Amino acid sequence: MAYSDKVIDHYSNPRNVGSFTKDTPGVGTGLVGAPECGDVMKLQIKVNIETGVIEDAKFKTFGCGSAIASSSLATEWLKGRTIDDAAKIKNTDIVSELKLPPVKIHCSVLAEDAIKAALLDYREKWAKAEAPVGQGAS
Amino acid sequence: MALKLPIFMDSQSTTPVDPRVLEAMIPYFTEKFGHPASRNHPFGWEAEGAVDKAREQVARLLGARDPKEIVFTSGGTESINLAMKGAAEMYREKGNHVVTTVIDQRATLDVSKRLERQGFEVTYVPVGHDGLVDPDEIRKALTPKTILISVMFANNEIGTIQLIAEIGKLAKEKGIVFHTDATQAAGKVPVDVEGMGIDLLSATAHLMYGPKGVGCLYVRRKNPRVRIAPMIDGGGHERGMRSGTVPVPLCVGFGRAAEICREGMAGESTRLAGLRDRLQDLILSKVDEAYLNGHAERRLSHNLNISFAYVEGESVLMGLNKDVALSSGSACTSATLEPSYVISALGVDAELAHSSIRFGLHRFTTEEEVDFVGKRTIEVVHRLREMSPLYEMAKEGVDLKSLHWKAE
Repeated sequence: MAYSDKVIDHYSNPRNVGSFTKDTPGVGTGLVGAPECGDVMKLQIKVNIETGVIEDAKFKTFGCGSAIASSSLATEWLKGRTIDDAAKIKNTDIVSELKLPPVKIHCSVLAEDAIKAALLDYREKWAKAEAPVGQGAS
Repeated sequence: MALKLPIFMDSQSTTPVDPRVLEAMIPYFTEKFGHPASRNHPFGWEAEGAVDKAREQVARLLGARDPKEIVFTSGGTESINLAMKGAAEMYREKGNHVVTTVIDQRATLDVSKRLERQGFEVTYVPVGHDGLVDPDEIRKALTPKTILISVMFANNEIGTIQLIAEIGKLAKEKGIVFHTDATQAAGKVPVDVEGMGIDLLSATAHLMYGPKGVGCLYVRRKNPRVRIAPMIDGGGHERGMRSGTVPVPLCVGFGRAAEICREGMAGESTRLAGLRDRLQDLILSKVDEAYLNGHAERRLSHNLNISFAYVEGESVLMGLNKDVALSSGSACTSATLEPSYVISALGVDAELAHSSIRFGLHRFTTEEEVDFVGKRTIEVVHRLREMSPLYEMAKEGVDLKSLHWKAE
């Protein structure tokens, strides 16, 4: 299988590899996939709690080259977005940017899941006060 | 001497044609182009003579008593199909049960599935953690209806060599036809159809430095005489078992390849085992949590299969593929998106099946190449571990098995 130039670029020079300490204020962590499936992504965002802007993002991925590239690309796209904008990143955007073949689409799905999981984690940990969710809704 | 890149270390998939083999083949394309079944002119006689000589060379490699026991085919897959379907059809009256193993190659397993659809019952015998089939497990699987046992000689992924002579003895004792897929073993380790009680044996030329497109099925003629139904109808070539014009140049190449393998086997296998051990020691001494797959002793001398915990196999290959050709049991390198069924059958964690890398040395592999491949592999594995969340968690002392993973 031939890889697209963008997949090779992200694999060879992955952006934003690393970790934040999970309990740092503003950090949301998403851990998705499963070792037995051959793909695990950890994606973290560091959000400015005042502005809701993602100031930094990091990832670590166990998986094939396309999985690494998908998560690397996701961190690039997340930086500078608001959390609401971040939620709009779709796996199909990743597929077209990286020119992923059909057998690799699940890598992009996993990256979207990782983004959602990180945003959810952020909201649960740090944004409860401002978010109306769960407050007097019933 | 400067290394020539990329380096080929995937010899379980195919091998380069030995120049001596090519040299033997060349005249049979243009000058000596006759049809071996043309009985009435010198072109035919010449071709027939060449095929007979090749048959004899292959027979000697396999320890066959009579060159007539060698049936030329298009390769390993065809031989396996002919052996299993041919025996199943021929002995159907006697019974409808076949025994094979969970780690036999795709051709064997796919034929088994087809036989099941046709009303046969197939037992897939499990293997131990080292990939070895316990002959007692085969014995236990036998029923009065068993007509065929098919066990691979040596495995294509982990290189484990089965206890073929013991299984042959058991088959003989029970009067059951015994087929072995020796595509990976023939030409590499001593194969002796007489001494090992083998009734049917599949082999292919391109895994022993011969050309692609030719292989053989050994069919026992005596003690007992084994019969198989043909799969291809036509001119009745190859004693009626495989119709179709015999590809003379390919057979000549196969014969010469078999002869070179037989003559040099001891030396070549010692040399490759030395290089293989060098590669293994280099990698295992520099990478923690790297595990050898397969049997540590009973394995092909050119084969090395290692699982690198916490990194995925395809990503390792991707880091190397500009310089080195290797193979992985990772799901991402297979069409089915399932990890290697062979590594999975060893009872190791599924994660380790995704992490397996197979190295295949060959006749032309040098020490410099081995050192280069070892060094590059170590670098790539270390780099990928730095970006592996599993490695990070393991280093933090998290028990990965205790986590609840949400599978896709």
